[in-house]
Amino acid sequence: MTRQILVAAAAMLVALSAFAADEDTLTIGYTVSRTGALNLDSLAQERGFEMWRDEVNAAGGIKAGAKHYKVRFVSYDDQSQGGRVQQLYTRLIVQDHAQFLFSPYSSGLVATATVISEQYGKLMMSIGGAEGKTYQLGNHYLFQTYTPADQYLSGAIALLKEKNPHAKIALVYSDDPFSKAVASATREQAKQAGLSLVMDESYPPSQTDFSAIINKIVASGADALLGGGHYPDGATLARQLYDQKASLKWATLLVAPDSPQFASLGPAAQGISVPSQWAPQVTYKPDFGPTPAEFTKRFEAKYNIAPGYHAAGGYAGGMLFQHAIERAGSVEPDKVAAELNKMKATTLWGGTQFSTDPKSHGLQLSHQMVLTQWQMEGGKLVKEVVWPASAATAKVAFPYR
Amino acid sequence: MFGILASILDGVLVGAVYGLAAMGLTLIWGVMNVINLTHGAMIVAGMFGLYYLASVAGLPTYSAIPPIAVAGFGFGVCLYWIAVHRVIGRPPLMSLLATFAANLVLIGLGTSAWGTVLFNVPVSLPGLTYEGYTFTGTHMMAAVLTAAIAGLLYLFLYRTRHGKAIRAVAGNREAAELNGIPTTRVLALAFGLGVALACTSGALIATLFPFTVLAGAAYQLKSFVVTVLGGLGNPAGALLGGVALGLLEGAMTPFMPVSWTSIVEFVVFVVVLIAFPAGLLSFRRS
Repeated sequence: MTRQILVAAAAMLVALSAFAADEDTLTIGYTVSRTGALNLDSLAQERGFEMWRDEVNAAGGIKAGAKHYKVRFVSYDDQSQGGRVQQLYTRLIVQDHAQFLFSPYSSGLVATATVISEQYGKLMMSIGGAEGKTYQLGNHYLFQTYTPADQYLSGAIALLKEKNPHAKIALVYSDDPFSKAVASATREQAKQAGLSLVMDESYPPSQTDFSAIINKIVASGADALLGGGHYPDGATLARQLYDQKASLKWATLLVAPDSPQFASLGPAAQGISVPSQWAPQVTYKPDFGPTPAEFTKRFEAKYNIAPGYHAAGGYAGGMLFQHAIERAGSVEPDKVAAELNKMKATTLWGGTQFSTDPKSHGLQLSHQMVLTQWQMEGGKLVKEVVWPASAATAKVAFPYR
Repeated sequence: MFGILASILDGVLVGAVYGLAAMGLTLIWGVMNVINLTHGAMIVAGMFGLYYLASVAGLPTYSAIPPIAVAGFGFGVCLYWIAVHRVIGRPPLMSLLATFAANLVLIGLGTSAWGTVLFNVPVSLPGLTYEGYTFTGTHMMAAVLTAAIAGLLYLFLYRTRHGKAIRAVAGNREAAELNGIPTTRVLALAFGLGVALACTSGALIATLFPFTVLAGAAYQLKSFVVTVLGGLGNPAGALLGGVALGLLEGAMTPFMPVSWTSIVEFVVFVVVLIAFPAGLLSFRRS
C-alpha cells in the first residue's frame, strides 16, 4: 500500500512539474529550408527568429499578464519542397503542440503551409511569403509581414519614369508563383506610368544559361531590365549581363541582389538594383523594439555578417507575436489574433498593419519597400538605398554602369 | 537576323560543354551498364575544385583544370570500389540505387559544408562584339577545350592499350577476360575516367556561370537528354548530342518563349527514345 502511495505521489510530482514547465514555455513551430534551393534565404530568416528568441529569453521571456513565457522553437527541414511542408506543419501542431507558427520561406511554401494552419486554427506569422493571392482566400489565422508581391517593382517603375520617361522595358522573370505575381502587377504599373514593355517573357526556375535570353533582350531594343526570380537564377543573369556587355541603362532583379553574397560577383554586381523589404540603413523610428541600427549592430556581432531583409523579417515576425501577446496579456489564440488585427505600429521593420477585410484578412497594408543598388565606393561594393528619395542613403547611379 | 545567328552560336558553344558533361555519363554506361547518378555531384565537385584552386589558391584559371581532372579520376576510382564494384553485373536497379545513395551523401555533405551560397569564379577573356551581341571569350574557350578533351579521349580509347582494353570490356566482358584483360581494373579505370570528365566539365561550366552546391542536378538532367540523343555508351555521340541540344536551345529561343524550350527538349527526348531507343548516333556495340 505504502509503495502504491509513493508511486502515485511520484507520478503526480512528475505530472505537476511537466504542467508547470508547459505553462512557462511558449512553443513556436516552423519549417526551414536547411537543404534545397531556398536554403540561403530561409536560413537567414531563421537567424532572425533565433536572435529574437535569444534576446527575449535573456530578458526573462514574454510577459503575458502575470506570467513570463520562455520561447521554445520546434523546427524541421522542409528541404525547400512544398510536398514536405504540410506533413511537417501537421506534425508541429499535432505532435509537438506548437502554440504559434512561423511560416516557411517563399510564397509557394507559405501557401501550402497555410492550408494546415487554417485547418487547425493556429496563428501563423507569414515571413517570406509575398504573393498576395494566398491572403485573399478568406483565411482567419494568417498574418503577412512582407509587402505584397504586387508592390515589388513599383519603386523601380517610379524611378525609371523619373530618370527616363521613354524607357523600354524587358520584363524577364522566373516561372514561379512569386515572380509571376510580381510580373503581373509590373505590367500594369509600367502601362500606367506610360513606359513601354518591349519584351515580356518568363524562364524556368532551373534555367542555367541566359545567353539566348540576353540576345533576345538586345534584339528587343530594351534599355531597362526588370525581373529575375530567386537566388541562383538572378545571380547568373546578373553575371551574364556583364559578360555579354548587354546594352542596358538599368537592371532591377528580384531577391538575389539583396543577399550580401551577391557582392561575390564583383564588377557584375555593380549597378544592379533590388527591391528590398528592408535595408540596414533605413531610419524608421520604432514604437517598440530596437531601432534598425541597433538591430544591425547586434546581428553583426552575433553572426559576423550584415543582416539582409530575410533576417530582419524573421526578427520582426517574432517581435510582432511578442507585442500582440503582451498587449493581450494572454497566449490565448483568439486574444492574440484580436491584438494583431488592431495592430498599427512601426518597428525596425517599418510599418505594420494587417487587413481585417474578410476577403483579404491578414494581408499587409502599411509596410513599404525600398530600392537598393550595389555601388562601388572606395573600391568596395556597397548596397545603398536609392529609392524612395526620402529614404535614400546615396544618389542613384543611372545609367547603372 | 544577326540576333538569331548569335543565339544559335551561343547555343552551340554551351552545347559543347553539355556534351563534355554527358561524355562521362555515357562512357560509364557504355562500359559497365551503370547509370551513374553521382554525375551531377561530380560536376559540382569540379566547380568547387576550380573555385578553390583559382579563386582561393590563386592558380591561373585554366591551368587549374588538369589537376581537377586528375583528382576527379582518383576520386572516381575510389568511388568505384566503394559504391559500384559490388553491384556490377547485378540488375540495373541495384547500381542505380547505389549511385543514387552515394549522390545523396555527397550532396548532403556539400550542403552542410557550404549551404547553397553562391560561388563565382571571375574569368576575364576578351570576347567578340558585333551589332550589340557579344560572344564571350569564356564560352569560346570552353568550347575549344571541350573539343581538345574529346580529341584526347578519342586518342586514348583508340590508340592506347588501356583505351583498347576499355573498348574490349565494353564490347564483351567475358571475351575480354578470356584474353587476359584484367576487367575489374579496367572497369575502375573507366569509372575514374567518367568521373574525371564530369569534374572537368564542371570546372569549365564554373568559368561561365556562378554556381551553388545544387547546380549539378540541372546538368545531370541535360546529360541524360544528350546521352539519349547521342546514343547510349558512345562518347563521340555525346559530344554531338550536346552540340545538337545547344543548337536546339539556341535556335528555338528567338522564336518561342524560353519556358517552352525545356518542354520541346523533353518531347524530343521522348520521341528519340521511342523511335531510336539506342540513340541517334549509337554504334557502341558495332
